[in-house]
Amino acid sequence: MIPMLASFAPPYWLSTVIKVLVVGAVVPTTALILGVVFLFKIMSWMQSRLGPQEAGPRGLLQLLADGVKFIQKEDIAPNGADLWVFKAAPLVVLSSTLLLYVALPASAHLVVENLDVGVFYVLAISSLSVIGVLMAGWASANKYSLMGALRAAGQLIAYELPMVLAVMGVVIQAGTLSLNGIVFAQNGGAIFGWTGIGNPYILTQFIGFFIFIAAVQAELTQPPFDMPVAESEIVSGYQVEYTGFRFLIFFLAEFATAFVFAGIAAVMFLGGWAVPWLSANSDWYYVLGPAVLFAKVMLVSFIIFWVRFTYPRLREDQLQSFAWKFLIPLALVNIVATAILKVVF
Amino acid sequence: MLALLVAQNIAFYIIAALMVFGAIRVVTCKNLMHAALWLVLVLAGVAAQYILLAAEFVAITQVLVYLGAIIVLFLFGIMLTRTKTGTDDNLDNSAGARRMAALIGVLLAGVMGYSLWDGFGKREFGDLLVQRTAQVSDSIFSTYLLPFEVISILLLAALIGAIVLARRD
Repeated sequence: MIPMLASFAPPYWLSTVIKVLVVGAVVPTTALILGVVFLFKIMSWMQSRLGPQEAGPRGLLQLLADGVKFIQKEDIAPNGADLWVFKAAPLVVLSSTLLLYVALPASAHLVVENLDVGVFYVLAISSLSVIGVLMAGWASANKYSLMGALRAAGQLIAYELPMVLAVMGVVIQAGTLSLNGIVFAQNGGAIFGWTGIGNPYILTQFIGFFIFIAAVQAELTQPPFDMPVAESEIVSGYQVEYTGFRFLIFFLAEFATAFVFAGIAAVMFLGGWAVPWLSANSDWYYVLGPAVLFAKVMLVSFIIFWVRFTYPRLREDQLQSFAWKFLIPLALVNIVATAILKVVF
Repeated sequence: MLALLVAQNIAFYIIAALMVFGAIRVVTCKNLMHAALWLVLVLAGVAAQYILLAAEFVAITQVLVYLGAIIVLFLFGIMLTRTKTGTDDNLDNSAGARRMAALIGVLLAGVMGYSLWDGFGKREFGDLLVQRTAQVSDSIFSTYLLPFEVISILLLAALIGAIVLARRD
């Protein structure tokens, strides 16, 4: 089985078809997994309640039922809406999510496109979803939508910077921008000559990890950074006029993006698809890689959602000053320290 | 190699046609927000052309800077200042300004076309290699170190200047 997988080299058109199908299947599946596990089960557990119980065994099919409900709903657009832009906006957000999955490696070869500049690509593509959010907020012709979109843009611009800067430390330490290269660097690394667990960068880049997770939380507009969708004051912001499958697309994109960002964090800080006791060149990773990555993604997702469910919302000015006055200076100090230590050691 | 070049050429013309169409819509659109969104198409087309030229670093930088930052700033500015949907009839400049713009456009196309023709002439690009990001950074930090530092200082000065202008106290 394993040698067969390793020697599988389909022609270009076939591999393209497979890649498109896999990404098309993985995006809703991951969104579903995070939604069921965290939004329904873990959140209920943290809030001492049962959560959905009726649909399927222990309520596990609730989200699927919700999905069917969303698809059945009528496709409604407000009278004053700018129809084209209104309808295109969720698709722009979703396409940014789909493009993010292109760079996430599930093993050395199980990656849609092994980009030389994977980290840089991810950071660039993740900033595209803002365009969709702004389109949605403006085209809805609703003042709550507009407020939400303005807040979203301000927030995403502010948190883009700490995210880029947090990643820099890892890139300096690994000496490469390639996501697979970063996994190899951690797998083959050593802590002062001890190679027992490789060298996962969370040990040296824990500040970078903290900043990255905070910035991801803000990019996803999740609590405590959910001013753009704050349902109690601007009734879900830019999403307020969306219903049916267009709302479903926003929902899918948010959770799939959470998954892929958790994946990027796992690759950069936790050693990605590799385990320390098995060389990253082993063919076993054709089957082991995705499982290891999935386990690490769930771990990082747990942190993201834990914060989401337990912290109250930040005020708009607190949110901005947290990014500009705390995260960015901290990230800059982290970069300088990493560069100095890189030269010293 | 030939087949690849043919595919590249076809892709180039399709993307170029889309870009030209988008660029025309940017200036003829009566809706400011739509004009900005057509500009997204043009700038994304530029990024796609860079990828066809095997310059992935430049392409991704294009996406990060132009689509991720500049367009967002445009949209942000439009949404802050004029919030109505629908068309706007007084977006056109005066006839004099339009003539001036046409003149500058023709002049730029002429200069750039001539310099391309002059610089590359009959050179074949069949052996185009993927431009590694490491090579780009190597040449920035060795051959072009001085210009790079000068630009950095310029940008820093611009940044400080913007803060000074924006401060109220």
